[in-house]
Amino acid sequence: MPEAGADIIRLDGAEKHFGAVRALAGVDFHVRAGECVGLVGHNGAGKSTLMHMLSGTLVPDSGRITVRGGIEGNYSVPRAQQLGIRCVFQELSLCPNLSIAENARINHPALRGLGWRRKAADLIAAKLDEIFPGHSISASDVASDLSIGRRQMVEVARAFTVTQDPLELVILDEPTSSLDAHTAGQLLAFVRRFVAGGKSCILISHVLGEVLGNADRIVVMRDGKVVASDAAKAFDRDRLVTTMGGAEAREKIAAEIATQKPETGPLRVRARPARQEDGNELVAHAGEIIGLAGLAGHGQTDLLLAIFAAAARSKTGIEVTAPVALVAGDRQSDGIFPQWSIAQNIGIRSLARLRNGLLISPQREAELATFWQKKIGIRTPDMNNNIYSLSGGSQQKALFARALGSDAKIVLMDDPMRGVDIGTKLEVYDLVREEAGRGRTFLWYTTETEELDNCHQVYVFKNGRIVANLGRDELTEEKIIQSSFGDAA
Amino acid sequence: MRPEMTAAPVETGPKSSSERSALARARLLRGLLPALSLVLVLLAIAWLNPRAISYFGFSLMLNLAIPIALATIAQMFVIAGNELDLSIGTFVGFVGCVTATWLKDAPLVGVAILLGSIGVYALLGALIHLRNLPSIVVTLGMSFVWQGLAILILPKPGGKAPDWLLSLMAFKPPFVPFPIIAALLIAAVVHFGLMRTSYGVILRGSGGNAAALSRAGWSLLKTKVVLFALTGLFGVLSGMALIGITTSGDANIGNGYTLLSIAGVILGGGEFVGGRVSPIGAVIGALTLALSASPLLTFMHIPPDWQVAANGAILIIVLAARVLISRRER
Repeated sequence: MPEAGADIIRLDGAEKHFGAVRALAGVDFHVRAGECVGLVGHNGAGKSTLMHMLSGTLVPDSGRITVRGGIEGNYSVPRAQQLGIRCVFQELSLCPNLSIAENARINHPALRGLGWRRKAADLIAAKLDEIFPGHSISASDVASDLSIGRRQMVEVARAFTVTQDPLELVILDEPTSSLDAHTAGQLLAFVRRFVAGGKSCILISHVLGEVLGNADRIVVMRDGKVVASDAAKAFDRDRLVTTMGGAEAREKIAAEIATQKPETGPLRVRARPARQEDGNELVAHAGEIIGLAGLAGHGQTDLLLAIFAAAARSKTGIEVTAPVALVAGDRQSDGIFPQWSIAQNIGIRSLARLRNGLLISPQREAELATFWQKKIGIRTPDMNNNIYSLSGGSQQKALFARALGSDAKIVLMDDPMRGVDIGTKLEVYDLVREEAGRGRTFLWYTTETEELDNCHQVYVFKNGRIVANLGRDELTEEKIIQSSFGDAA
Repeated sequence: MRPEMTAAPVETGPKSSSERSALARARLLRGLLPALSLVLVLLAIAWLNPRAISYFGFSLMLNLAIPIALATIAQMFVIAGNELDLSIGTFVGFVGCVTATWLKDAPLVGVAILLGSIGVYALLGALIHLRNLPSIVVTLGMSFVWQGLAILILPKPGGKAPDWLLSLMAFKPPFVPFPIIAALLIAAVVHFGLMRTSYGVILRGSGGNAAALSRAGWSLLKTKVVLFALTGLFGVLSGMALIGITTSGDANIGNGYTLLSIAGVILGGGEFVGGRVSPIGAVIGALTLALSASPLLTFMHIPPDWQVAANGAILIIVLAARVLISRRER
């Protein structure tokens, strides 16, 4: 093991261009043994590119990579693994058709020969037990049967498993984005234990509190450059946001929402969850932003989907009086048409309006796309580029543009801001409040308590039921947590 | 900000163990569906013609099941990697022609040609991966190449299977008919190789999430080449088995195998994308197709003119049942 304080990995003057876009502009970065480095910055600031470089999936155009003092000429994924550098990528990278044990095998060439299945199962189960006690995941579960949160738990645990190669540094990119507060806490506590054992960690998160509370040192990136690097103690929330070039603080939002509490408009949605036994039901009027809170996966998404279905075909227990659009949370599998351009991805919900005779008018499609590009700030040279040319946050913006550009009066949001940087978030929050002011209704499921500040009314879910209904003035974090964990009311 | 949790309440979100065991049950049901459809076809045959359910009856009815099962396994390997092989039928015909001519008259040349053709399959895999071509287009083109070569080798039906192959395929084990033993053997070997070995995981993973695999340091070029080479290998075995049964060759002998093999894989619980395949299911699917193809329809007194259409109808019914069951899974 390297002595404490020595560099595990060091990047000097790393540059990377993708076509005309400069993703990294001469970055110096290093991680010491026994250190947890927090990496923050807006989407598109270069964090992902940097991380791909450290893990060997991208080669820098120029610059030097040094691992434990030795210069690496031919740095690659297998080389990184030999040196004990692992990465948990933001997009889920399990094979959905394989079991959890088989997925563990993929990262460990050493798991082979007789009895490899047993070894792989024991390896991943032991690590899950260690990081997430009480997780209830079995090594024989097929990955596609697990909820997105559990898949993320498996992926994180897998990165910490050890066979023949050493383990020195784990890069965690938004590791808690699909976890609820309890499992996120378990993970972060484990990271602290891991670092205390002399290993290193890079923690990339848009939840600034997580970074402030768990990193030893924080590196801030902006526009492909490192703009600040200092001990975590030297930062507070405001300084981080200012350094990142973020917008105003959240107090403004809260104040704005409190003052613009709308007149009660016409009823838009009245819905009772399928498992609801008492009379509680969700009611939304025009111009309201309604939050759906509680731990991840307690029936919020199910209710949103039921409301969505009820808009097309009437359903008992659910009343919907206006057209509906859904902004999906799992944008890779439920939101994006991967082969299509940004403009086509935005236009799909509004085809009826874009029609010219029997055909889609490319001109109207382009107009719609350009309008929303300006309005919502999608950074791209050409809206006809493939949707994947955008960073994750901008992809999500395009999905918002799809919903907001449509005729829908009700917008359902299924935790859409997961893994999106704070700058994009604040822009979207503004947009949501503005659209609500014009009479649109938003039903917003979120796992980030902070986002509930935008809501006029919050329903807390537990086990598929509404257990609390909190108005703007009675909304506190404690109340939500209490309802999420308490016995069903 | 995420609230800090110190207490450790037990998670009781949906998709907890009870719900997942329900999912596992649905998967088991879907896994049993191929076997169920086989049993159904067997029951129908037994009802229509009880005498067919005998050692001799099965030997006759399952006569062509071995080459169909091998071709289905061949198709299954490319499907495991999210590709499709539209040339397997004419490839089986080509192999048949080589077997009935070169392999008998000049065994060394014959073996070299067959090994070379497996090599061609491996190269196709490399080409498809490196140039990012759609496999449907490449293999459709290749189907004409194989057909042309077969006609060049054997312009009109003829030739003769090598004697060792004839005696192998005419093998009559006691009690259990040879096609059934062969089917069990094929299913067991491929199941072990693809579903139980550590490299089989990598092959299936390449169909499930290729990006994740390459990030973990595996070569996607290699997985694709291996999958295509395995398809070539089982295509060769299928063509040889077919000639061992029919005793002489014909350039058009395998043409129906392309669609039969695809249907067999899907009937056996496989899916076109996502690396979800089942070797045991594929063999059962092939047996079901072989039985429902002509024996069942003949017993139902359906005239040969209508048998192809009736065969298609059976296929639609079984596949529709599968879709219904998978839908209940959601």
